[in-house]
Amino acid sequence: MNFDLSEEQRLLKDSVERLMLDSYSFGDRRKYQTEKRGFSEAMWARYAELGLLALPFAEEHGGFGGGAVETMIVMEAFGKALILEPYFATVVLAGGLLRLGASEAQKAELIPLIAEGRTKLAFAYAEPQSRYDLVDVETRAKRDGDGWILNGSKDLVLHGDAADKIIVSARTAGDTRENDGVGLFLVDADAPGLTRRGYPTQDGLRAADITLERVRVETANVIGDPAGAFPVISRVADEAVAALCAEAVGSFTQMQAITLDYLKTREQFGKKIGSFQVLQHRAVDMFVDLEQSRSMAIYAAIMAVESDASERERAVSAAKVQIGRSAKAIGQQSIQLHGGIGMTMEHSVGHYFKHVTMLDTLFGDAEHHLRRLAALGGLSGDQRME
Amino acid sequence: MDLAFTKEERAFREEVRQFLRDNVLPEIRRKLAEGRKLAKDEIAAGARILNKRGVPTWPKEYGGAGWTLVQQYIFEEEVRAFPAQLTFGMGESLVGPVIYTFGSEVQKKYYLPRIANAEDWWCQGFSEPGAGSDLASLKTRAVRNGDRYVVDGQKIWTSGAQYADWIFCLVRTDPDVKKQQGISFLLIDLKTPGVTVRPIRLIDGDHVVNEVFFDSVRVPIENLVGEENKGWGYAKYLLGNERFGDAGVGISKERIRLAKELAERACVRGARLIDQTAFREKVAAVEVQLKALEITQLRVVASASKQQKGTQDPASSILKLRGSEVEQASAELLMDAAGPYALRDLSQEEREGRNEPPVGAYGAARSAPTYFYSRAASIYSGSSEIQKNIIAKAILGL
Repeated sequence: MNFDLSEEQRLLKDSVERLMLDSYSFGDRRKYQTEKRGFSEAMWARYAELGLLALPFAEEHGGFGGGAVETMIVMEAFGKALILEPYFATVVLAGGLLRLGASEAQKAELIPLIAEGRTKLAFAYAEPQSRYDLVDVETRAKRDGDGWILNGSKDLVLHGDAADKIIVSARTAGDTRENDGVGLFLVDADAPGLTRRGYPTQDGLRAADITLERVRVETANVIGDPAGAFPVISRVADEAVAALCAEAVGSFTQMQAITLDYLKTREQFGKKIGSFQVLQHRAVDMFVDLEQSRSMAIYAAIMAVESDASERERAVSAAKVQIGRSAKAIGQQSIQLHGGIGMTMEHSVGHYFKHVTMLDTLFGDAEHHLRRLAALGGLSGDQRME
Repeated sequence: MDLAFTKEERAFREEVRQFLRDNVLPEIRRKLAEGRKLAKDEIAAGARILNKRGVPTWPKEYGGAGWTLVQQYIFEEEVRAFPAQLTFGMGESLVGPVIYTFGSEVQKKYYLPRIANAEDWWCQGFSEPGAGSDLASLKTRAVRNGDRYVVDGQKIWTSGAQYADWIFCLVRTDPDVKKQQGISFLLIDLKTPGVTVRPIRLIDGDHVVNEVFFDSVRVPIENLVGEENKGWGYAKYLLGNERFGDAGVGISKERIRLAKELAERACVRGARLIDQTAFREKVAAVEVQLKALEITQLRVVASASKQQKGTQDPASSILKLRGSEVEQASAELLMDAAGPYALRDLSQEEREGRNEPPVGAYGAARSAPTYFYSRAASIYSGSSEIQKNIIAKAILGL
């Protein structure tokens, strides 16, 4: 049992935190947001220089062989700074699908492009009817000679408007919501028949709705088994949840720091408001939520690579329940403790509130994961259903 | 980063299991598994068995096992799982460490072996009718008279005083200074003339706590621990230890297990309660809270060996606060699972010694008292509000 970072992990943490400190103040973030794509291409290049874009990939593909703990370290630092760049979409989601599902040839071609910052990817999984169910796929892929033809709509594609390539989940067989019959298809963003409409998300990031009309995909661009990709999707989703938990903990940490700072400087009734017991107790409630969330984010990172699917899913869902509930609790407390100023776009705390609220909705909110955990037999897995 | 225990730690766990199988009396194990209470001599005998290789939480030089915090954690987990009687707390966990940290050589030689052998039972004389959360305002006086202190006053909420041989007390030795600076830490033999113990029955029907009265009780001055008027510091050290170990993870785990067991047997319109989505989600929600607490405790245990002496991982401050909330949530689950079968009151039968488990529903019948008593968890050893005051000041710097 060991919760320490290795020497290499500590170096990684130091370097990414330093980068954030130097180049990602709240003011910097505002500036980056006004750039053409809604984030900073210059920062993306810095991530590539630091090796962050290569982090989770195997060394033989030009990566650093980092695991879930390394991703946790980076996502936590990103969550603290509230970054805008498509790291989660490109490296965690699409990168995860490639890492776990792609052929050697596909990896050899694509991973260096990601690692060097030359190609951004997105993962189109959600559909208008699917809500949080990743297997609820109506987009169809039909055989067409030696390739496939895709038809359907995907929405809420995270950073879909900035992506050069998009990995699309589509059904090659079976009924909607059947585990078998789902494939993954790598599509160029400018492929004929693909249209996308980008828009900002509530937390200042970007997403896109994508329509596929007779989009042709060569066999070489099918990732894994065209009818058996769901296990890969579900593993990547679990890793993604662990990464989101870490990002949220980064944001929570900063919300706690900003709020404490405010309590120690703001004066009313001739005193620092942090001297009032009601406010102190609210601040302690935030601290408790933060520490519980930190524990569960660590748990999720350690368990995200567990090969036993049921054990992995139970652990990851438990973590997302904690994070989702704490996102509400910490978010609401931090706004309340700031009073009116916390409601303004001028102050950073509201932006954190918005972001952690959106994190709850990605890959299943607290209620969704509580239901999944309960259906799987609870954390110990021993509530046998009959 | 790794949640798995090391090879050595796993071997230690095996050793503990074997030790329990070889040493704990089957009768004790059975009683505990059925949730029945042990008599005083059974607890003492059990403590002597568990302490065979030294007191688990003490350093070697004072008759302890000299285990790391991780080993202590494993030991406690195994003892709970077996189940065997956890060591009788107050002597070992509270006053023992104060004696070997601040006591005289004579005190160490006399008291520590007697605690380790469960010869002396200890209770804690801190709270008073007028000094609850504001503990430092305590009024029990100890006036120096030659080679004696004469003690007058009253303590309350004294757990186990009906069994105890000794009481460690906070007493006022100087009424004219700031309240924290006039307190001393005194060891008092409960058989001394002038000491009276009176029971208090709590809402769960049980007799755990007492009032202890002191009427001109003469206590030898060599029973003072450390220096006169320095008792508040020793008490803070003691309470720090108490909060550190007070996450109650094992208790909550056991309650959740029992709640599930009851829900497997309970029927709602012909279907098992455990199969109802609403109930399952309620259980899962408490399990999430408990897991977060457990990992937090493991973080604290793992980091404790690396912390500088006298400092603690800030996360340790939430263990008691959060632990009591999770204990209470798990007790509520027990009530929910028991439903109407929680109604039956067994306490009179138990007091009369007829404590055979009623067929099938023993857990259900214990669930209401468990729930009632669980409300004490956020009140004793520093109420949740006091815990929050401490965290706000010490950790958050407010």
